[in-house]
Amino acid sequence: MTILGKDLLGLAGLSREQVTAILDVAEPLRAISERAIKKVPTLRGMTVVNLFFEPSTRTRISFEFAEKRMSADTVNVATAASSVSKGETLVDTARNLEAMRIDMVVIRHPHSGAARFLAERIESNVINAGDGTHEHPTQGLLDLLTLREKLGGLEGKRICIIGDVLHSRVARSNIWGLKAMGAQVAVCGPRSLLPGAIRELGVEVFGRIEAAIEWADALNVLRLQLERMQLGYIPSLREYNRVFGVTRARLERAPRDLVILHPGPMNRGVEIDSDVADGPHSVILEQVTNGVAVRMAVLYLLAGNAPALADAARGTAV
Amino acid sequence: MPDAAQVALNSKAVARTISRMADEILELNAGLDRLVIVGIQRRGVQIADRLADVIRDREGADVPRGALDITLYRDDLQTVGPRPVVGRTQIPVDIDDQVVVIVDDVLFTGRTIRAALDELADFGRPARIMLAVLVDRGGRELPIHADVIGKRIEVGPGGRVDVFVPILDGRDEVVVSGALL
Repeated sequence: MTILGKDLLGLAGLSREQVTAILDVAEPLRAISERAIKKVPTLRGMTVVNLFFEPSTRTRISFEFAEKRMSADTVNVATAASSVSKGETLVDTARNLEAMRIDMVVIRHPHSGAARFLAERIESNVINAGDGTHEHPTQGLLDLLTLREKLGGLEGKRICIIGDVLHSRVARSNIWGLKAMGAQVAVCGPRSLLPGAIRELGVEVFGRIEAAIEWADALNVLRLQLERMQLGYIPSLREYNRVFGVTRARLERAPRDLVILHPGPMNRGVEIDSDVADGPHSVILEQVTNGVAVRMAVLYLLAGNAPALADAARGTAV
Repeated sequence: MPDAAQVALNSKAVARTISRMADEILELNAGLDRLVIVGIQRRGVQIADRLADVIRDREGADVPRGALDITLYRDDLQTVGPRPVVGRTQIPVDIDDQVVVIVDDVLFTGRTIRAALDELADFGRPARIMLAVLVDRGGRELPIHADVIGKRIEVGPGGRVDVFVPILDGRDEVVVSGALL
């Protein structure tokens, strides 16, 4: 009766039942972080390696909090990715870690597909913490948990993802997760930052943010990577803010109060203005709180789901 | 008919039993002083609520009520795997130096109570912890005993004791199936 299999690599392909189960487990786990003793013994004796081939502060810290609050032992490995020896290095690193008897790997990697590549080659549970421009499933789940709570459900709700969808693993995980839950999804941003075939994912496309705001119940505002300007995707940051910035003036013209999400870190004054980010409809800090809870839920639901490894540990390897 | 299900307590008997258990709790604690009633999810919470209702009627004052979900404190994650449902734990008051009564529907191996004791310890250090159960079916695997017992029904390992409560099950009775010892 396992809800998830051995790994969590993405939200693509997860059923509504699976996503709902993760969110339902995450909800009560949130209360653990409010206790005086912020810890439950659930994953006592399990070792989790956070294998980060790409700089990350909040995702890594969030995973680490989640692991520690579930009583797992954690090791952080931060490695700069070597473009020469990608595949082999990755697997060798993980196999060396496995030789030291670990149970789970949380991996962040600049290449799309790295998490799956690893999951197919090691026995430990693998959690994707962001692979290239592919998926960032736990970010998608924390967005779903936040939206479900704020909107009173997801079925039929309208969520628009604003900004650099082309390079965003957060956008992809959101689209797949939200669609699985029966929400309506749209994207809005400069043509140069929207994938050409984005409609194939079953999302609407808005060229003007005013139209998106009129349509939506919630906006998920993506971070604009500042180097996109140098690479010629947008003319200037000021221009981007003028055309696609989520500003109070724009939101005041909306027919309803919109819930505002942002995966962080924010570029204030570029994709989102400060008075929106700090305003009454922003749920950006709730997202951070929910992030720890959904990661605790994923760790719990994957734990004990590696029968081959458990057998090997008992000396009855298959 | 060793395997036929039979009603061990009907709704009137359940009410009488809970009423007596409430009296025993008050007797053991010499009143309401510092009393906190905490049910184990899910049916223990319903029984705890009914006990607290009776105590309120007897003494004319409310006792704090809490709920424990012990899923994250189980000792069988590696063998059984994760449970798909995690309930809420709510301890509404500071339990330091209080008298906490843990309430469950059925006491069997004692492993649930072991987990509940661990979880309670994460919330504080009660002066005393007592255990009240509607049914003690025997079969303990740990050195745990109940202070207040509604009914003892010795059931073999293959048997079942099901407590049905109105809110969750639409009926109010205790049903036993399988061989009685």
